[in-house]
Amino acid sequence: MKLAYWMYAGPAHIGTLRVASSFRNVHAIMHAPLGDDYFNVMRSMSERERDFTPVTASVVDRHVLARGSQEKVINNISRKDEEQHPDLIVLTPTCTSSILQEDLQNFVDRASLSSESDVILADVNYYRVNELQAADRTLEQIIRFYLDKAYKESTLDRSVTKTPSANIIGIFTLGFHNQHDCRELKRLLGELGIMVNQVIPEGGYLKRLKDLPKAWFNVVPYREVGLMAATFLEKDYGMPYISTTPMGISNTADFIVQIGKLVNVWAYALLEKRFNYKLYVDNQTKFVSQAAWFSKSIDCQNLAGKEAAIFGDTTHAALITKILVKEMGIRVSCSGTYCKHDAERFNEQVQGLCGEIVVTEDHTEIGDTIARIEPSAIFGTQMERHIGKRIDIPCGVISSPVHIQNFPLGYRPFLGYEGTNQIADLIYNSFNLGMEDHSPDVFGGHDTKGISTKALSTELSDINWTSEAESEPKKIPGFVRGKIRKNTELFAKQNNIPEITVDATYVAKEKSSL
Amino acid sequence: MKTFDIPTFECETGNYHTFCPISCVAWLYQKIEDSFFLVVGTKTRGYFLQNAPGVMIFAEPRYAMAELEEGDISAQLNDQKELERICLRVKRDRNPSVIIWIGTCTTEIIKMDLEGIAPKLEKQIGIPIVVARANGLDYAFTQGEDTVLAAMTHRCPEFNHHIMNQPKWDVTKLGVVEVSSNNKFFDETIKLNRCNLVLFGSLPSSVASQLNLELKRQSISVSGWLPSQKYNELPALGEGVYVCGVNPFLSRTATALMRRRKCQLIGAPFPIGPDGTRAWIEKICSVFNIKPNGLEEREDQIWKNLIDYLQITSGKSVFFMGDNLLEISLARFFIRCGMVVYEIGIPYMDRRYQAAELLLLQQTCKKMQKPMPRIVEKPDNYSQVQRMHELQPDLAITGMAHANPLEARNIDTKWSVEFTFAQIHGSVNARDVLELVTRPLRRRTDSVSDCRSLSRQTLNVQRS
Repeated sequence: MKLAYWMYAGPAHIGTLRVASSFRNVHAIMHAPLGDDYFNVMRSMSERERDFTPVTASVVDRHVLARGSQEKVINNISRKDEEQHPDLIVLTPTCTSSILQEDLQNFVDRASLSSESDVILADVNYYRVNELQAADRTLEQIIRFYLDKAYKESTLDRSVTKTPSANIIGIFTLGFHNQHDCRELKRLLGELGIMVNQVIPEGGYLKRLKDLPKAWFNVVPYREVGLMAATFLEKDYGMPYISTTPMGISNTADFIVQIGKLVNVWAYALLEKRFNYKLYVDNQTKFVSQAAWFSKSIDCQNLAGKEAAIFGDTTHAALITKILVKEMGIRVSCSGTYCKHDAERFNEQVQGLCGEIVVTEDHTEIGDTIARIEPSAIFGTQMERHIGKRIDIPCGVISSPVHIQNFPLGYRPFLGYEGTNQIADLIYNSFNLGMEDHSPDVFGGHDTKGISTKALSTELSDINWTSEAESEPKKIPGFVRGKIRKNTELFAKQNNIPEITVDATYVAKEKSSL
Repeated sequence: MKTFDIPTFECETGNYHTFCPISCVAWLYQKIEDSFFLVVGTKTRGYFLQNAPGVMIFAEPRYAMAELEEGDISAQLNDQKELERICLRVKRDRNPSVIIWIGTCTTEIIKMDLEGIAPKLEKQIGIPIVVARANGLDYAFTQGEDTVLAAMTHRCPEFNHHIMNQPKWDVTKLGVVEVSSNNKFFDETIKLNRCNLVLFGSLPSSVASQLNLELKRQSISVSGWLPSQKYNELPALGEGVYVCGVNPFLSRTATALMRRRKCQLIGAPFPIGPDGTRAWIEKICSVFNIKPNGLEEREDQIWKNLIDYLQITSGKSVFFMGDNLLEISLARFFIRCGMVVYEIGIPYMDRRYQAAELLLLQQTCKKMQKPMPRIVEKPDNYSQVQRMHELQPDLAITGMAHANPLEARNIDTKWSVEFTFAQIHGSVNARDVLELVTRPLRRRTDSVSDCRSLSRQTLNVQRS
């Protein structure tokens, strides 16, 4: 047993559901007790999703405990099949079903006999993997399922596209700025003359999965999800992949160089020409991205030598570390990740870039570390933002777990050249701005402290509050307190009440029509 | 829409969206100031608590997970030792007056004997441990509070006649506020009856004192609340104590109070809306043989104050998808406000505990000449959405999972969970309820009403 207040990565089934609900026309059925379908709330709220989340529960209740699910799961599968005709139904086990040890595979086998949809059981072990690992695995499982199926039906077309093309693997729902990153990646590839064959899983059609091998290569923008699928495609279909994340100027350049290499292998044979991206990278770095110029500019000088602490998933934490250190000259005192399963790779990437490396799932450990080193800014998840609030250190959010704030309506990619601009803004705005940093110390602050009311003009009230009544507005949430106090006093004035008692506050509330 | 004279109950598949009952810790830990809630379960539950009650987790809450790992499930680790280790750490870090263990589905399935372990550990670490099984196998959302309060009834001190007969029995402790005589609203001298009334249900302290005040106007003093603000201020229970619920989802607590603590239950409608509050007070008065005083005028006055909202609600139709058991009381109030209720979805319907409320619903429908809504227990969300497409209600009261999709399909929604967190009890708060309900109705703007539907999905639902 573990005492836990907060967790960075969610349980395994969340990962499976994220992948399933990102594909089009896929329905997930959870084998879970009532109330475990809160994934729908997360998706509907955070992503402001307009459509019903295609996830339902096959509810585990007392009857299921006593006699097993029996026909219930199968009935639920065939019901969904009839109601919504999904292409695929993913039966999703939860912690409950892994304890019950029901033979879910058997249900799936039986249900797939009668249903028109394909039915599969998500192959994740609840107690062994977390959200991200489960998502990775489920994505690979679905791709493998449809490629195998196409192979058996011999509908698999093994030719490649005539012009260079790529698949983008690992963009999905509830991902940190994934939608914007995807748009930026498509634009980047387009400018390089590379067609996007498919984006998986977000918005992907299962019927088209069999055409995945037509692309010349795969792009896996985030380490956490997509690598398994990419390695599978490499092994079984000979498709090379790029797992470098195009985040930051040097990594984006590196990413493009790798693309050049992969493209030229085929381009020479098929098109009898070579692609050269050197000029493109130069132009973009100098003129499209402002980040290179920014790091030379006088603004950025102020940041030199300042300290920062970084925490997040492997991809974002490692790359932001790299950007801060190599591209902006900021000292990173501590860099960490909660992806314990990927710790080795993380160490390798940030080795030599930062003071200490923290790999932990315990938010108190990272909180203590930050409090000890007192950096000028933190770059982390929503949790670190709150740690920062408590100890008064600004924080930029760079990684999931996320909050509705991290699903901006405006265009905010982290990848590609536009991404470098966004990251530079985020970093620069997180640190106290140049002069602001000095002034308060030198001049003793530029705000007059100790203002009692928020209103600019003050009006002395001549009404007494009894001490009991005084405590009454304190029970009210702060943001409406002032208004209620004002209304009560107004009411007292109108009714010639010299002293406000507890009773009077209630009467005032009743009568007030605000 | 058919008109029914008596309520009809239907029962569907139970495939509906609601919160897991462990979510009750999110408000109970705030209510009981010196408590610590320990949820014994897996990551799934922890992730829910972290995501559903939202930002509150960052305020260093007095709740945590005892997260079960593979070794716990396969019984390689000793439950008692593990819990002891965790509770000792909680004691060291937070020093609470009571630790409440919330059993989850997982502890049910692996049959972890929380009730058996608790007394042993309680002796060992010297802090009371209360066990509540708030799991999704048996309960929905607010019923979690019911399980916690039912478990707490056993910890209340025994009621003793002698103490009660002493004059001036610690008035201050009762939370009864002395009336200042110079106030023109309360200048009549009030003699408080000694009627040993305990109210149960967790309410914000300001709402609780508003209800205390309402009863005091009828010379009834409330001798205590379950739960109290502090664990060691739990009210005395026993034979001769009358109890009355303030929330519709507390049927287990009511049963425990009657059967285990020999209290007398006052079955009344719930004090939601001015009509409910009046009926609630009248019922309590009738039990104590008190003639209610000025209730009618008071109710009329409240309705008069609500006139601006009533103009909005009048004639509008509502559909309750059902997830928190407040549905019957809210529907009754809304019908009284002139709305038409098409359907009341409700997770679970205790017809005995809610009898008075159901009767009031029936009377209200007759009085307002509105059809009796169909009451659907254990609803099926998918079928409900189909019905909603046919009925096109002006307002759907629903969980967050459906709210945005319904809005995109041009059905205005109100998030049902807000009713559990907002102050909705007593006449004083009637405005707040209507403020919540009318918000989506008032918001309608012309600018976007041209787009008939903003949904991307072409759903079969719309075709059928």
